[in-house]
Amino acid sequence: MAFWQNLKDSITGSQVWKSMFRHDYKDTRRNRALQILNNVFLHLHPVSVARHATKIRFTWCMGGITFLMFLICTVTGVLLMFYYRPTPEYAYTDITHLAFDVSFGPLLRNMHRWAAHGMVIAIWLHMLRVFMTGSYKKPREFNWGVGVVLLVLTLFLSFTGYLLPWDQLAYWAVTVGTTMAKSHPGIGAEGPLTPEFVTQANDIRFVLLGGTTVGEVALLRFYVLHCIFVPLIASILMAVHFWRVRKDGGISGPM
Amino acid sequence: MGRRKFFKAFGWIGTLAGMAGSSLFLLVKFLFPRALYEPATEFKAGPPSNYPPDPGGRIRVYENYKTTERVWIVHGDDPTTGKHGIYAFYAQCTHLGCTPRWLENEGKFKCPCHGSGFYPYGVNFEGPAPRPLEKLAIQMLEGQVVIDKAQRYREEKGQWSDARSIIETPRPVA
Repeated sequence: MAFWQNLKDSITGSQVWKSMFRHDYKDTRRNRALQILNNVFLHLHPVSVARHATKIRFTWCMGGITFLMFLICTVTGVLLMFYYRPTPEYAYTDITHLAFDVSFGPLLRNMHRWAAHGMVIAIWLHMLRVFMTGSYKKPREFNWGVGVVLLVLTLFLSFTGYLLPWDQLAYWAVTVGTTMAKSHPGIGAEGPLTPEFVTQANDIRFVLLGGTTVGEVALLRFYVLHCIFVPLIASILMAVHFWRVRKDGGISGPM
Repeated sequence: MGRRKFFKAFGWIGTLAGMAGSSLFLLVKFLFPRALYEPATEFKAGPPSNYPPDPGGRIRVYENYKTTERVWIVHGDDPTTGKHGIYAFYAQCTHLGCTPRWLENEGKFKCPCHGSGFYPYGVNFEGPAPRPLEKLAIQMLEGQVVIDKAQRYREEKGQWSDARSIIETPRPVA
């Protein structure tokens, strides 16, 4: 036993260890607070949480599960990007390559897919819980607004990811989805209140697709939106969302 | 507000608004492609003898150019205008943009996505499609049928009566 104790002491007592972890594991109030405060990942989190807020029956942990799903999608998505080229020539064959030939390809692809479905489900349940517990009320109105934007971004992530396999299902689903954008009032070519100069060659669908049909430009745009643009915006808003939970008085109490 | 304070505020706000505005203008302008590498919209569809009328007077639908050009060429009556001739439809459902199928036995176009149905002369009669199929500009050029997909004619806008939407042919005598 003395050997293991010595080993542990020599590791945790080393300069390398101490430079990374500025506090020890003493179970004191002050030390528990420092563990949260001195960690870049945890410092968005409140230093202490009200006892009621840890009740799973109150929060369902749906916000946390949504975030977990986002993390799974991020990790698996980055790995999938190693094998995927967003051009009509390669997109579909790269997906079949991933699905049949790459080691653990099907596992990663299915994790990405099911985590994405799970994220959409969890985010709705999170919204339902927040609504049912009245947690959107003053002083949390702003955070409700941030959450609504995050919901829309999540749905948009699902929609942009849908095109990437570049098969019949993807192609027609996105054809249908972007044709709906044509009917947007004011900025869709066939929507109400749309001025004469807005045509199918410069309306909102045109910007989204980078053309008038779902083609190679659209595939590249959806890829960039899916992998970089939307996750980046969503990450920033998530940081704000979590920060505001704490700043608005922590998780709301039972009514 | 004094003169100094005014010019200071004016300078800051003007500079920052100018920078933000020009960046925004750049972003918006950047996202609109100026050149499109999309296929040509005009194509030659061979001589009109490739599309003979039905001896029994029914409307005939030709799918020769459906897979390559997404176009149906139709020969027969057009009850909406009372004309008879060769006209072309863009094979795109007017609901949400899928490609309908021509069902020869049932004599109708049927969209697989949400079930819209169209008569052979293009008018919608079932499902969610809100308007008839779009006709394309069609003309004879050096003995060939030439179709331009960029020029569309819509029934609900009264454009099907346009002479460029049909190559008129004599009605077969029964």
